[in-house]
Amino acid sequence: MIQVKNLSKYYNDFCAVDKISLNIKKGEILGLLGPNGAGKTTTLRMLTGFLKPSSGNINIKNLSIFNDSLRIKKLIGYLPESAPLYHNMLVFDYLEYVAKIKGVKKEKRFQRFKRLSKLCGLSQIMHLSINELSKGLKQRVGLAHAMMTDPEILILDEPTSGLDPNQIIEIRDIITRIGKEKTIIISTHILSEAEATCNRIVIINKGKIVADDTSQNLKQKAQKSSCINLSLYNAEQDKAYNVLKEINNSLEIIKKESKEKDIISFEIKSPGDIDIRKDIYLKIKETNWIIAEFIREPQTLEKIFQELTRES
Amino acid sequence: MRQIANIAVKEFNDYFTSPIAYIVISIFLVVTGWFFFSTFFLFDRADMRNFFSLLPIIFSFIIPAITMRLFSEEINVGSYEILVTMPVSFVDIALGKFVAALFFTACMLIPTISYPVFISLIGEIDLGPVIGGYIGAFFLGGAYCALGVFSSCLTRNQIIAFIVGVAICFTLTIIDKILFFMPKSIVSFVGFLGAGGHFQSISKGVIDSRDIIYFLSIIFLGLLGTYLVMCKKN
Repeated sequence: MIQVKNLSKYYNDFCAVDKISLNIKKGEILGLLGPNGAGKTTTLRMLTGFLKPSSGNINIKNLSIFNDSLRIKKLIGYLPESAPLYHNMLVFDYLEYVAKIKGVKKEKRFQRFKRLSKLCGLSQIMHLSINELSKGLKQRVGLAHAMMTDPEILILDEPTSGLDPNQIIEIRDIITRIGKEKTIIISTHILSEAEATCNRIVIINKGKIVADDTSQNLKQKAQKSSCINLSLYNAEQDKAYNVLKEINNSLEIIKKESKEKDIISFEIKSPGDIDIRKDIYLKIKETNWIIAEFIREPQTLEKIFQELTRES
Repeated sequence: MRQIANIAVKEFNDYFTSPIAYIVISIFLVVTGWFFFSTFFLFDRADMRNFFSLLPIIFSFIIPAITMRLFSEEINVGSYEILVTMPVSFVDIALGKFVAALFFTACMLIPTISYPVFISLIGEIDLGPVIGGYIGAFFLGGAYCALGVFSSCLTRNQIIAFIVGVAICFTLTIIDKILFFMPKSIVSFVGFLGAGGHFQSISKGVIDSRDIIYFLSIIFLGLLGTYLVMCKKN
C-alpha cells in the first residue's frame, strides 16, 4: 500500500529524517513512536505531501509523491497536529467546505455528514463556531475532516495529545472502529496509546528507525528480560549483596536507598530469560531475613522505548 | 476551475462573516467620499476625474489591508497545512484567494456608483470616462490584489504582510511621479512601470491594449511569485 524508500528530510543543515524505509500493508494500524523532535511529524508531513522529501521516494498505491501528489492527496485523510481548523467558521460550514473541496457530491453530502457526526459525535456542535470548541471537540471535527471522503489511508498526527482521559478513550475507540477497514498511521509519544490501538509499532529516534515490530512481539521481547524488586528486613546491605551474587555471577544487582527504616532494597536484573525467583527465595530461606517485598516487574514498552531512545 | 471557485467563495464569505469587510468598506467610502466631494463643488465640473485620480493612492493602502490575512492568517493558525493537504493544487489556492480579494474590491467599489448617479442628477456627465474609470479601477485593483496576495504569503505576520504590500503598491503608484530623480536612460522604462499612469490613461476612457497588458502582467507576476513562494515552503 505505502512504500517509503530511503526517505530523508533536511531543514538547512539539520537532518530531521534520516533514510527511513518502511513498507505499510493494507489494513495495518501503524503507530509511529518517538520522543519530541524525533521526526515523526516531518515523516507524516512528507507522506501527506505537505513537505517535499530532500531525498528518497514515497509510493502510495504505485503513485509517486513527486508526480501524482494530487491523486495521492485524494487517497489520504490527514489530521495535522492539534487540528488547526478555520477558527471563524461554523462546524457545519467547515465540513461543507471540506466536502466541496474533496469533491463529495451534493446529493451524498448530507448523508455523509450524518454518518460522520454519528461516528465522531458531532451532532450537538454542528451549529457552533469552531473557535468556541474545546480542544477535544476540535480534534473530533478534525477527524471528521480527515474521514470526509472515506479515504483508504488515514494519517493522524498525535490525535490524542492534550485531551482529557475520557476524550482520549473516545478518540481511541473511533480509531479502532475505523481501523478495521482502513490503513491508519498514528504518531504519538504516548506508549500506552500505541499499545492500545496499533498492531504495528515503529519507534524512531533522531530521524532513524530504531525498532519496527508488531506490538505483541515488542511486548514479548520486553517480558523476557525482567527485573525483580526485593526488599528485606533484618539484613545488612553488603552481606545480602554478596549472598545474592552467589546465585549467579552474571546477575546485575543494584542497591537501592530504602525509604523505610530497617529495610534494605535491591533491584535485580537477570540476563536473558533465566527465571531466578526460585533461587532467590531458597537463598533467603537459609538466612533469618524476612521478605518485605518481592516483585517481578515485567519490562514494559516504556522501558524498551527509554532504552532505544536514550541519549547515547 | 471548480476548486478555484470553492476556495474563492469560502474566502469571500470569510470577509463578510468577520468585521473586516464592514470596516474596510466604510473606511474606503468615507475617505474617497470626503476627498472627492470636498473639492467637487469648487471645481464645478460634472465629472469624476478627481475620484479616479485619488484611487491609486487609496487602493495602495486599502487593498493590502484586504489581502493581508489571506495567507498569513492560515500560516499562523496552521490551517495552511490542512488546505495544502487537501486535493487542491497551488495554482487553485493562489487563484482562489486572488479572485476572492478581487471580488471584494469590486464590492467595495459598487457603492461609489451612486456618485455618478447623483452627479448626473445635477449636471451633464460624460459616461465614457466614468465607465473607463471603473474598468481601470477593476484592473488596478486586480494588480494590487495580486501583489497583496504575494506579500501575504511571504510571512505569518499579518502586520508585516500589510506593510510589505503597501510598500510594493505605493512604490508602483508613485514611481512615475518621481521620474525627475531618475537618470535619463531609464526614464521611459521606469515611467512605463508606474501603475498610476496606466490607470489614468484607461480612466480617460481610452482603453489601450498596452495598459491592459501591463495590468495583466502585474497580476501574473504577483500570482507567479505567490506560487513560487508556496513551492519553496513545501
